[in-house]
Amino acid sequence: MRWPEPPTDPSPSGRGVGVRVLRQILALTIAALSATATANPPPPPLRLAVAANFSAPAREIAAAFESQGGGKVEIVTGATGNLFVQIVEGAPFDVFLAADRRAPEALEARGLALAGTRFTYAVGRLVLWSKDPDWVDAHGEVLRTGTFHHLAIANPIFAPYGRAALQVLDSKGVRGKLEERIVRGESIAQAYEFVASGNAELGFVALSQVWHDGHFDPGSAWLVPEHLHEPIEQDAVGVGATKHPEAARAFLAFLQGEKAQAILAAHGYRAP
Amino acid sequence: MSALSPDHQAILLTLELAAVSTAIVLLLATPLAWWLAARHERQPTLASIVAAIVSLPLVLPPTVLGFYLLLLMGPSGAIGRLTTSMGLGTLAFTFEGLVIASVLATLPFVLAPLQAAFAGLGEGPLEAAATLRASPLDRFLRLVVPACTPAFIGAGVLAFAHVVGEFGIVLMIGGSIPGQTRVVSVALYDHVQGFEMSEAHALAATLLGFSAVALFFLYRLGMVMPYRAASRRP
Repeated sequence: MRWPEPPTDPSPSGRGVGVRVLRQILALTIAALSATATANPPPPPLRLAVAANFSAPAREIAAAFESQGGGKVEIVTGATGNLFVQIVEGAPFDVFLAADRRAPEALEARGLALAGTRFTYAVGRLVLWSKDPDWVDAHGEVLRTGTFHHLAIANPIFAPYGRAALQVLDSKGVRGKLEERIVRGESIAQAYEFVASGNAELGFVALSQVWHDGHFDPGSAWLVPEHLHEPIEQDAVGVGATKHPEAARAFLAFLQGEKAQAILAAHGYRAP
Repeated sequence: MSALSPDHQAILLTLELAAVSTAIVLLLATPLAWWLAARHERQPTLASIVAAIVSLPLVLPPTVLGFYLLLLMGPSGAIGRLTTSMGLGTLAFTFEGLVIASVLATLPFVLAPLQAAFAGLGEGPLEAAATLRASPLDRFLRLVVPACTPAFIGAGVLAFAHVVGEFGIVLMIGGSIPGQTRVVSVALYDHVQGFEMSEAHALAATLLGFSAVALFFLYRLGMVMPYRAASRRP
């Protein structure tokens, strides 16, 4: 297709007219779009960067916040480490709900956090879980006696649930014996997937993954006593570069409130 | 192996995985590409169906492909039941499982250049060889392979590089077991997620440096080969 040259080509050929009409339509559309954009800017949503393991309760909490007139909330989920790097590189997030304490602390240390907004919003509970109803006993003795081939855990290098799982193995004195049988998921979600698909007979997962409507999912589970590992604390913090710090602070205050804490408790997290 | 640092172990494991997978995928893809090239004109529908099925792994994002492989390889999945009934156990979290997944994911990349090369060869030289009473195997080994060496090298390079850089599938079915399934891409990811940036940079630099050198030599070999093959022609 050849582009017609309007100034030098006076012949009103059919094609030329067609192109001219198309151009006018395009110009009008652009004008209309820019007019609506400037005349009626939509209120900017509050954007939450949420650790993937917390996405379900975060959605409910955001909905509750919105219904209380807190303004529109948008949720972006991802691995805590990835979200951290994205925030450091200037991602347009307003609030960060991490899966650990380390990433929000690191943001604060770099001066990239909204001053004074960091706090622990939830404490995760660790569960030894199997899809098979007979594998896991009420005291986790299966770790000493079981003949399983694979024990799934989250990656202990960076996932708090993985670190806690190793601490449990240490306090039970079975880590050395089981070392060969441990498979590491990159996240607690993947550790769960390994167990849920049956590729690993059992694994340390988050209570939030296997606890629905007040019951454990089918299978067998041992809710690990919290004194066997360091607490799995998840911190939230406002992002320093946010364009609406008041809204960010309002959401963080809401997150500490009774309503939000009740929602996260129903999802298998403990209020701090 | 125990004297090696975890990252060096990951590098060695990656090279091993890439080498084994590349060898297997070339062995599988060669007859398949040959068959596709031969059937292309006579049975275009059948050939297209086969080519489409083999290319499907390209469509799925690697992590999604890995997720379904994890389900398939599990004790209630089709592959898992097969391997368990053969007394092999399940394949997830094993080196063998990674090889199978890598071969599957790499096959389309290897098939395309080989099929094009075989088709480009034409039937003339093969018919001429046949009139000289060269057996089919003879024709393949002494005519097709030398004439298509650049395509084999190119396909091998693609396969090797692809396996070295593969991440999503390995992440899903590997379990990050040192010396078994913890390959470089996963080790790199672990470092980044653990805020160990200097280790991550060092490993990435090693991987890039090695790959650049290896690819250079392979391409150099591929560029030289056609002339050698040509000069051998009577």
